[in-house]
Amino acid sequence: MMRFFLSLLAACALWAMPAAAQQDSGPLRLEITEGVIEPMPFAVPDLVADTPRAQDFARRLARVIAADLSGTGLFREIPAQAHIGRITSFDSPVQFADWRAINAQALVTGAVRLDGAGRLVVRFRIHDVFAGQELGRGQQLVGEPDGWRRIAHKVADQVYSRITGEGGYFDSRVVFVEESGPKDRRAKRLAIMDYDGANLRYLTDASTIVLAPRFSPTGDRVLYTSYETGFPRIYLLDVADVGRRVLPTTDGTMSFAPRFSPDGRTVVYSLTQGGNTDLYTMDIASGRSTRLTSAPSIETAPSFSPDGSRIVFESDRSGSPQLYIMEARGGDAQRISFGQGRYGTPVWSPRGDLVAFTKQSKGRFHIGVMRTDGSEERLLTASFLDEGPTWAPNGRVIMFTRETRGERGEARLYTVDISGRNLRQVATGGGASDPSWGPLQE
Amino acid sequence: MTCPGKTIIVVLAALSLAACTNPDRFADGSGLGAGGAGLSGAASDPASPAYFEEAVGDRVLFAVDQSTLSPQAQATLDAQARWLMENRDFTATVEGHADEQGTREYNLALGARRASAVEEYLVSRGVAANRLRTVSYGKERPIELCSEEACYAKNRRAVTVLAAGPTS
Repeated sequence: MMRFFLSLLAACALWAMPAAAQQDSGPLRLEITEGVIEPMPFAVPDLVADTPRAQDFARRLARVIAADLSGTGLFREIPAQAHIGRITSFDSPVQFADWRAINAQALVTGAVRLDGAGRLVVRFRIHDVFAGQELGRGQQLVGEPDGWRRIAHKVADQVYSRITGEGGYFDSRVVFVEESGPKDRRAKRLAIMDYDGANLRYLTDASTIVLAPRFSPTGDRVLYTSYETGFPRIYLLDVADVGRRVLPTTDGTMSFAPRFSPDGRTVVYSLTQGGNTDLYTMDIASGRSTRLTSAPSIETAPSFSPDGSRIVFESDRSGSPQLYIMEARGGDAQRISFGQGRYGTPVWSPRGDLVAFTKQSKGRFHIGVMRTDGSEERLLTASFLDEGPTWAPNGRVIMFTRETRGERGEARLYTVDISGRNLRQVATGGGASDPSWGPLQE
Repeated sequence: MTCPGKTIIVVLAALSLAACTNPDRFADGSGLGAGGAGLSGAASDPASPAYFEEAVGDRVLFAVDQSTLSPQAQATLDAQARWLMENRDFTATVEGHADEQGTREYNLALGARRASAVEEYLVSRGVAANRLRTVSYGKERPIELCSEEACYAKNRRAVTVLAAGPTS
């Protein structure tokens, strides 16, 4: 079923446009790095459709496209009740004056139909209202009706990336730990969902503790830690068929904190022997491990740089947990965190320029980012307990776990822009922790 | 945003029901997960696990971020060692735990340090190493639920959990 799901947009094709104004980058532009104060107003009228079934999809597609864009905090939707213009034909010229009148700067129009094979065919165009022209080319997306949300996310990704110049992140998934039950007997199981909480699916049952899943670079496999044997061990799970296997380990040891290398062939992880925790890598194909650190201190929470050459990790060798960077083969490590407090769970950004981390200081927890040399530290959040950042595929947004205090304390997932703005709870329905944000899907 | 819907709510309800009726979620065969008392025996019988838990004391506590054994902890472990030497039919798993102030993986490693400190001490007092194993639960299994030092102090613990027969 997943195989089918992943390939449903393989037929995605460029749709030739009449030779009207075509530009790859029009004047409609949002520079995120400059710090956006006022979100850009946009309109997404229902897509044009000619049958009742297609009309139903047309409405739902427009809603998801609008929710994706509004959710970034960079765009503000002008609701349908305020629209003056009506889009009744996808190919007729847009009456820009109607959209200028309501101050819509961006307009997304589209058409949807079901073809002879029962597939959903969606065409869309993005318009720069005040320039009175299209922004880039119109496109056509084809997929099974089941995958309509992915089509909507792909449209929104196009709008986002054409206007901001950044890569999109809406057509992506998150693997996480779903939590239920009281704090002292909390049941945990692995789950996967779209980035916005839709299409939730469980990958394991709740019969044992599972922790900290991590997506492979292509999103087809997941590494995680499970107490299935009574002891923490690392498992490799295939997302499509939910088949799993334990990675080889020595009896009497604990292994945890696994992450993939960027090529997906190696796992870096923590192994505890005789109470001491060090970092190792394992070649997945052969199962052979190589020791990277050899210290009496705790070394854990490793993360590869995007080029695979270095590893950032957490160690308490200085007396308190701090962040260090070493070569991927091990050897000397440079400390990069020097602020007041304890630092943990470093995660290298997809662009390679930043490290996201958890910081504990004066009884509060923060999610923050710093450059890889430790400079320009910025704290993005503060609460009783925030931890475990994971990067959106475009490196603009971070998802993390926030836990509330006390006997009824519960964990939920949140997102925050790396500017520190736009803190939002992810719609998981129930308790959730340890998110890992997967890649933009093909 | 609207998609999870009814089916998921039903599934969650079923799950929490299962969690209530089946507190023992550790399928490791021993039936002794995270400090649970699975073996029978009256506390008045000095050779019973109940006596070990209550009279001898099955747990020691630690300071924040520490795995060193206090004099009080050492006294408890001295008594545990004597009991284990006298009751050789039992093996034990030392479970290390941390409070919730800390990241998940660091706390796993910290709990392992605590469990190992207890194991080493018991071995130094004559308990055969092959009767002991260690495991860490990090901050996954608190026994006290408040978010205050009074609770944290009890959660920073290492618990010696008995099992009948040789360690596998």
